[in-house]
Amino acid sequence: MTRTLVVSYPDWPAVAAGCRPDEPAVVVFANRVIAATPAARAEGVVTGLRRREAQARCPEAEVVAADAGRDARAWEPVVAAIEALTPAIEVIAPGEAALATRGPSRYFGGDRALGELVARTADSTVGVTVGVAGASAGCRVGVADGRFVAGLAARVAGSGGGGGSVLVVDKGRSRQWLAPHHVSVLGQGYEELAGLLVRLGVHTLGDFSGLPAAAVLGRFGTDGETAHKLARGLDPRPVKARTPPPDMAVAAEFDPPEMRVEAAAFVAKSLADQLLDRLDREGLAATMVSIEAQTEHGESLVRHWRHDGALNASALAERARWQLEGWLAGTGREAGRGDGGRSGPTAGLILLRIVPEEVHQDNGRQMGFWGGSAESDARAARAFARVQGLLGPDAVMTAVIAGGRGFAEQVRLVPWGDSRDEGASTPPVRGRPGQRGQGGQRGGGTRSSTEQPPWPGRLEKPAPAVVHHETTEAQLLDASGNAVEVNGRGLLSSPPCTVSISGAVPRTISAWAGPWPLEERWWDRGGRRRARLQVQLDNGDAHVISREKGCWWVEASYC
Amino acid sequence: MEVRGALGGLFPLGGVQRGITVGVDSRAGVAGSVSLALAVTGGLMAGDGCSWAAAVGFPSLGLVAAAELGVPLDRLALVAEPGERWPLVVASLLDGVDLVLLSQPARVRAPDARRLVARARERGSVLLLVEPSKRMGWPESPDVHLDVESASWQGLGAGHGNLRARRLEVTVGGRRLAGGRHRRVSFWLPGADGVVEVAAPAGTPAGPGERSDLDHERERALVSAVG
Repeated sequence: MTRTLVVSYPDWPAVAAGCRPDEPAVVVFANRVIAATPAARAEGVVTGLRRREAQARCPEAEVVAADAGRDARAWEPVVAAIEALTPAIEVIAPGEAALATRGPSRYFGGDRALGELVARTADSTVGVTVGVAGASAGCRVGVADGRFVAGLAARVAGSGGGGGSVLVVDKGRSRQWLAPHHVSVLGQGYEELAGLLVRLGVHTLGDFSGLPAAAVLGRFGTDGETAHKLARGLDPRPVKARTPPPDMAVAAEFDPPEMRVEAAAFVAKSLADQLLDRLDREGLAATMVSIEAQTEHGESLVRHWRHDGALNASALAERARWQLEGWLAGTGREAGRGDGGRSGPTAGLILLRIVPEEVHQDNGRQMGFWGGSAESDARAARAFARVQGLLGPDAVMTAVIAGGRGFAEQVRLVPWGDSRDEGASTPPVRGRPGQRGQGGQRGGGTRSSTEQPPWPGRLEKPAPAVVHHETTEAQLLDASGNAVEVNGRGLLSSPPCTVSISGAVPRTISAWAGPWPLEERWWDRGGRRRARLQVQLDNGDAHVISREKGCWWVEASYC
Repeated sequence: MEVRGALGGLFPLGGVQRGITVGVDSRAGVAGSVSLALAVTGGLMAGDGCSWAAAVGFPSLGLVAAAELGVPLDRLALVAEPGERWPLVVASLLDGVDLVLLSQPARVRAPDARRLVARARERGSVLLLVEPSKRMGWPESPDVHLDVESASWQGLGAGHGNLRARRLEVTVGGRRLAGGRHRRVSFWLPGADGVVEVAAPAGTPAGPGERSDLDHERERALVSAVG
């Protein structure tokens, strides 16, 4: 059983966002609190609360939107700082990392001394990079046999009171130490099992570990068996873990060198797909991978990423992205701070490699009922992903018709691969199963496209084929050469006779209609007042011209 | 690939051969090519042969109009700003989708253009060029070209009504059309009920146009009576 140290920040997203612990703040994702500062927690805010509820409990709390990239960028320097103490640190997630303590403990004088040193190092790095006062950043360190016990120890360490505390569970005492804990501490992936155990009257890990192993396997399956091993303080996968054959690693070379994170991340995604495909064929799943990036100048960054469940392709690609973002973000900061002992890359990436470090037999996974997609869909998905790799993820969009009065507002563009709105009659993102499953449910503010309120003020069909996004000014003159205006009652000062678009030669208007006034959101400052005209020119062209803030603009053209 | 709807009449056997290049253009000073291209896209995507399409280089495409002309937006990818590497982008898309609409960037180098045409032929996808004559010009002449000769709107008067129907005169030509070089066809695009339909030949005004003219007469009479 490997003696392991886990360093963790209970509310890393809040720390990474630069919130001071003594000021209330909450980090929300999908309208739910995912992290809060100690000050907010003191007011009764807990994780999983709705934003509104959290604001009711703690009205002065600052609300910060979640950003996985920011969390990862802020975590990277901390990992680098701890890496200076000991090599082979495994990143579990932003805000949590593990390391094997055997060597370093002997060097630094024991588990507790090492734990305190790691906590000090982490907090001071956080203090510098994020700007939160050192000791109060709230680093927790747990040292124990195995990662599960150490992780739990790190979580428990803080709750006893006092910041930056270290908790050491003695060697061989894991089972006794775990016994009084509630079964819900088994954590992610075991929620269902924990709920079932409670209903069966098994409340603590001690009760659970007392059950016979064979009976647990018979009743709860392989998940139950793993949890049972955890509860007994054993390594859940001692035998199955083995080094994979060397040809499992996948790599991509960049020629010319790649400077942009987006492009590299897209390559990482295809690498991840490739790797998972290979592992699938062998019937394996990876629990730890290392992602290695190399630059033209020979700098390289290797990070080990561990995941409780089996890593899937999108999770793997996301980790590669975090790592690259953290690394590349280092360049800018380093330049500002002078010599900080660690530096970002000085040149573009030439190599990206993903190596499965630890694999185990895949226990099987229930595939979706709907099976694979048609060949042409997969082909199209590959082509779009390739273009996204070339130009960045926002370069390929798909459109969703949404509510609105202006022509531009009726269309919502969504990057290819993100979920279109719920309820829209779309095939779900094809060729990339499982990606951003809950994305469509985000927030309550967006209207679904199936819902069609009347939108008074919309122009009748047909819609114009060209909708100008950049503003094109127009000059509208009446028969005597005076500028045409719209008065406060929404009427034209005189019938328009000629129009000149962006300074071109004026053309005669052969027919026109309007103005149709449009007053949106008059109740707040974001409101717009417009009046729109349809004009038809003598050469057959037709345009929608709208007046806003004292100027005429060409809104759209019937090309 | 079959072209459903009224526009099928433009092509021999009512469809587009896989791998060809289609140019949609308009005479100088005449608008309507973008709508025509969208209508052709809609007709193709309604058929069985074309399940995915991509539009490259249209930063201001009217997507509501596209949806009205029958383009399923969930199967249309938009690359608004392909940038310098547009030939690579178009080539990648030709590999994966059945139809690529291209509004070409300012400068086209002849080898790039030839390579793309060859790529489309090899992959069996259709490259639809919108206004290839505009700006610097597409060096290759497309296999089939559709030209909008004239466009006229119906339904708009002097301060009343709204744009309702448009009549397009389209000539069809090209190497790949065995019969009738430069055939001339008229369309209502869209018609008064929003559907694309073949219009009666010029000279016999019928259908939506007449009715809306009548409407205008009546409205005008009403306005003058009230005034």
